[in-house]
Amino acid sequence: MTTPTAVALEDAKVAFRLGDGRVYTAVEKAHLTVAQGEFVAIVGPTGCGKSTLLNVAAGLLKPAAGSVRIFDRPLAGLNRDAGYLFQADALFPWKTALDNVAIGLEIKGTPRTDALPRAQKWLTSVGLGAFASRYPHMLSGGQRKRVALAQVLIRDPKILLMDEPFGPLDAQTRQVMGNLLLDLWSADRKAVLFVTHDLEEAIALADRVVIMSAGPSSRIIGDWRVNLPRPRDIFEVRLDKEFHALHREIWSVLKDEVMKGYAQSTHAAEAI
Amino acid sequence: MSRPTLLALQILVAVVCIVLWQVLSTVPVFGKILLPPFFFSNPFDVFSQIVKWFSSGVIWKHLGITLAESILAFVIGSLGGVLVGFWFARQPLVAAVFDPYVKMVNALPRVVLAPIFALWLGLGIWSKVALGVTLVFFIVFFNVYQGVKEVSRTVLDNGRMLGMSERQLMQHVYWPSALSWMFSSLHTSVGFAVVGAVVGEYLGSAAGLGYLIQQAEGVFDVAGVFAGMFVLSAFVILIDYGVTLVERRLLVWRPTASDGRG
Repeated sequence: MTTPTAVALEDAKVAFRLGDGRVYTAVEKAHLTVAQGEFVAIVGPTGCGKSTLLNVAAGLLKPAAGSVRIFDRPLAGLNRDAGYLFQADALFPWKTALDNVAIGLEIKGTPRTDALPRAQKWLTSVGLGAFASRYPHMLSGGQRKRVALAQVLIRDPKILLMDEPFGPLDAQTRQVMGNLLLDLWSADRKAVLFVTHDLEEAIALADRVVIMSAGPSSRIIGDWRVNLPRPRDIFEVRLDKEFHALHREIWSVLKDEVMKGYAQSTHAAEAI
Repeated sequence: MSRPTLLALQILVAVVCIVLWQVLSTVPVFGKILLPPFFFSNPFDVFSQIVKWFSSGVIWKHLGITLAESILAFVIGSLGGVLVGFWFARQPLVAAVFDPYVKMVNALPRVVLAPIFALWLGLGIWSKVALGVTLVFFIVFFNVYQGVKEVSRTVLDNGRMLGMSERQLMQHVYWPSALSWMFSSLHTSVGFAVVGAVVGEYLGSAAGLGYLIQQAEGVFDVAGVFAGMFVLSAFVILIDYGVTLVERRLLVWRPTASDGRG
């Protein structure tokens, strides 16, 4: 039995032209696949190009070399099968929570009268049923993330791309959001590519954890399968023995990269 | 400070000023009147002049004309500013080509344009509208230009990832962003529309508040000049209040300074 591959990056290389004409290679020869229904987390030190890789999968960035295949078809332009959850606030500040969620459907041509009740349902399922008429600035950071999640999920994308979505939140809110994400995900098991710098979060959420080396020219240097049983509870799973063993194993690899990445970033700062 | 106290203090300032003015312009201090009535008139005369204007009804015609000119200047200037601002922001080449000329025209004191407009458009309301338009246009233009250019990268990417076409991006992202910048300059642009109208009237017209002040000045009727100024101030305050109401309605989604959560 072979499950179709949702996302496949083959030897993807991403490079940027710097202001002074030099070329900066962010990611080199990245090989990464996400099967249908699989939850893959990418972990790496700051500045290793993990968000860059995500943007390549989204079609927001074109790889300099290599190929991107989505459901076995080469990706041209934006990835129309994917929903993208951004790290920064990406809600439309001039729309209410309800309109922000409904817009995902309205774009597709769903009449507003159909879109609004469905948006209300989604708001309820992320726990914000009573906040439909609030504007983003009236919501807390965690609530804004919930709206953003509903905004992406209402379109029912086959692939979910998440760029440190819970990064700006406090530790408790992150865990609550993690559980919410797992709950919603388990309903229909989309393919998920989840970028984070938090190894614990990655292991707790994902089926596979992929480690990237420190940039520039970072590569994928490790790929672990997480065999913790589902459904998981993020609070509970952290106490699991297997969780600790896996964490220790991955951390032994990641630690060196984190130190390298840290050294490089301080060097860069000194050079400036 | 509570609202009534604040209001009381605000009124107190007005009362003190008016009483000082009245006393200094009528009662001699050490045998000398400090504010000679010829140059300063006195509050009583100014007030009776205002009452006379309103009771005879002459003022309405002038107010109406100034209001019409201001509204026309605001509407035409805003429309032009929004369209050109949008166009320039979406076409960087056009913006780059026209940049020096835009700066040149904007640096020009608009008063020098008044005689030209009077020649071209006559002494009726249109020469005043044109003057107001040149003021309003640039304020709205710069704000819309900035608003479209400074749309958050993330919000834009989010729109794209949600599947928006260029037209939908325009409607749901660029347009609201530009409008919010335009509305944030609403007080200034409405104020300038009034300035354009009144200055235009002052420099040559047959009606309007500017005309009224200019006429009074022509016959050294200082009470008339002051009366015109007071009516004008009240007029501007009323318009500004109207703008505040509109703004509150349109910018509900914006965080206010007093809002703790950013």
